Amino acid sequence: MTLELRNVVKSVGAQTHIHETNLRLAKGGFNILLGTTLAGKTTLMQLMAGLEQPSGGEVWFDGKNVTAVAVQKRNVSMVYQQFINYPNLSVFENIASPLRVAGMGRAEIKERVHRIAELVRIAPMLARRPGELSGGQQQRTALARALVKDADLVLLDEPLANLDFKLREELRDELPKLFVNRHSVVVFATTDPMDALLLGGHTATLREGRITQFGPTAQVYHRPADLVTAQVFSNPPINTASVSKRAGHVVLSDTVQWLATPELRELPDGTYLVGIRPHHISPVANGTGSTRLDGKVQITELSGSESTIHFQHGPLHWVSQSHGIHAVEVGTTIQLFIDVDRCMYFSAEGKLVA
Amino acid sequence: MAKISLENVKHSYLKRPRTPEDWALKKLDLEWSDGGAYALLGPSGCGKTTLLNIISGLVRPTEGKVLFDDVDLTERPTDRRHIAQVFQFPVVYDTMTVRENLAFPLRNRGLKASEIEQKVEAIAHMLDLDEMLPRRASGLTADGKQKISLGRGLVRSDVNVIMFDEPLTVIDPHLKWQLRSKLKELHQRTRRTMIYVTHDQTEALTFAEKVVVMHEGRVVQVGSPVELFERPRHTFVGHFIGSPGMNILPCEVSGGGVHFAGRRVEVENPPRGSLAGRHTELGVRPEFVLLAEQGIPVNIVKVSDAGRYRIVEARCEESRIKLLLEEGVSLPASNAAVRFDPAHTRLYADGQLLE
Repeated sequence: MTLELRNVVKSVGAQTHIHETNLRLAKGGFNILLGTTLAGKTTLMQLMAGLEQPSGGEVWFDGKNVTAVAVQKRNVSMVYQQFINYPNLSVFENIASPLRVAGMGRAEIKERVHRIAELVRIAPMLARRPGELSGGQQQRTALARALVKDADLVLLDEPLANLDFKLREELRDELPKLFVNRHSVVVFATTDPMDALLLGGHTATLREGRITQFGPTAQVYHRPADLVTAQVFSNPPINTASVSKRAGHVVLSDTVQWLATPELRELPDGTYLVGIRPHHISPVANGTGSTRLDGKVQITELSGSESTIHFQHGPLHWVSQSHGIHAVEVGTTIQLFIDVDRCMYFSAEGKLVA
Repeated sequence: MAKISLENVKHSYLKRPRTPEDWALKKLDLEWSDGGAYALLGPSGCGKTTLLNIISGLVRPTEGKVLFDDVDLTERPTDRRHIAQVFQFPVVYDTMTVRENLAFPLRNRGLKASEIEQKVEAIAHMLDLDEMLPRRASGLTADGKQKISLGRGLVRSDVNVIMFDEPLTVIDPHLKWQLRSKLKELHQRTRRTMIYVTHDQTEALTFAEKVVVMHEGRVVQVGSPVELFERPRHTFVGHFIGSPGMNILPCEVSGGGVHFAGRRVEVENPPRGSLAGRHTELGVRPEFVLLAEQGIPVNIVKVSDAGRYRIVEARCEESRIKLLLEEGVSLPASNAAVRFDPAHTRLYADGQLLE
């Protein structure tokens, strides 16, 4: 199964919500839409489902143009951030409802409902009504209902956003397993880069109604095509600065410069943008690729296993994230080390060049 | 500002509680010192919201006392406890400007206009809301509105404690970061007592100096982020704090040694007395499971790229062991083995750290 958006555009009045988009999503593995609120994730999903008509372009499913096919005829299941259940039915019947509609046999319904209920940890609640459950349990009931049937297209719009942290962590592990032997095309929208990384599959990064890159998740993360993609795919935010490249060196400031990588050395001298992920700046020197810079500490956060230091270097407000506990005083100037072998360089227009 | 103490507090929502499960809170003794930054952390249903409501006075405990600076306030209603609260969903007066929103609690207290003006300006500046002051609050984004909710608490000088109930739920991750940093900075500048309720360990650990971890109506550990990470006193804390959580593995104790999968394992807290009849487990965090030339043989079943590290899931007999790999470190193609860092491997009996 494949879902294709061909030159799809969505405008409302004079405003373009989705700029011309071409995308081909295959079954097997998750397809992540990653972007902030209002980046266009939900609109894109509604176009995929047929809940919205594109202003231009076509939606194809499995080699057929389905642009004009009503959502009811498309075998789609969708989960929203805000969940809805039938209040007068038991949790079991809530989950079973799409299977009953499809005319599935009793024994199979029972087996499927129990399996999915185990997965989302609401098996002990099956006999209750949704009103008797906690908010998180109600959400899981709705999630289970959407996942229990074999839909051709499964659209998950931030389904984990309102769940407990630990449950989110578990479901991130478990959800992909659910689709391993199914034919569904699965699309998962999230604002959280960690969701994208851990769910794997493919990722499309979105900003302001445009897909900036689409590819295997790890590749988009490690080799972003442009600075916008790197920014969308970094939490805490990626550190950026304008640097000048001359005589084989990269100059960040009066006090900080380093040797250009072979790749960068090939390029003409001039001004570039550097992108450095927070975990590539550490208070501890790490091997030969480390270049020192001084930073005035603004905020420190210790999360038990990691230290996050927000610091200022000249006009730059940057973040370092490192393993271990580095208790540093706010207001003091400390030494930090950039792992310069892992810096990314972008052209003035923001395209990755080295 | 005040020190807040809970003495022998128990609470049940039932009229006649019988079994232990009937108690939403099981006997609590806690002290929150003046000016501290605290987090109350636990999964949904652990009792943290009940505890918060007992401090604020929305819930009167079935048993025990609530004291502010050693004065018994158990019977005193919420509006007379001088508490500021920030909820999941921002509470702002949409028809008012940002300035009027921030001034509102001060007007109610009859402060002079010049004093109000000065305080509002100062707080707006701290919150980076200076330019927003003349704007209508309805036009603000969720994080802007949440700053106003917080500002209304900070602007008052009579506040004993500012309590946050999952305040970042509706905020985008990239803004959460900023708002959390802002909160921390505000705490460092104002030294107000703050209690932050959340199920999110990252939020709790980054915000708080002391984290109170709750599980099934009990406080299982109170400690600094480092203590909770380094030395969890309960397997629940080990699992709940850290992502992924601590590996908790079955083990056998015999002849004074600890054995896992038929091999002897060195632990930081070797058993001293007999542990006969007790359920023993090993706790070791993924950070302290190391690939080794020789060690416990494992099968690697899954590798997830989390960006700054990879999470490796390995199996040994029936146990699942997770470990973290730094960027650039390679995995053996076959015959993988692991060892546990003895300084960070601990023995637990019936869920409790042996001390």
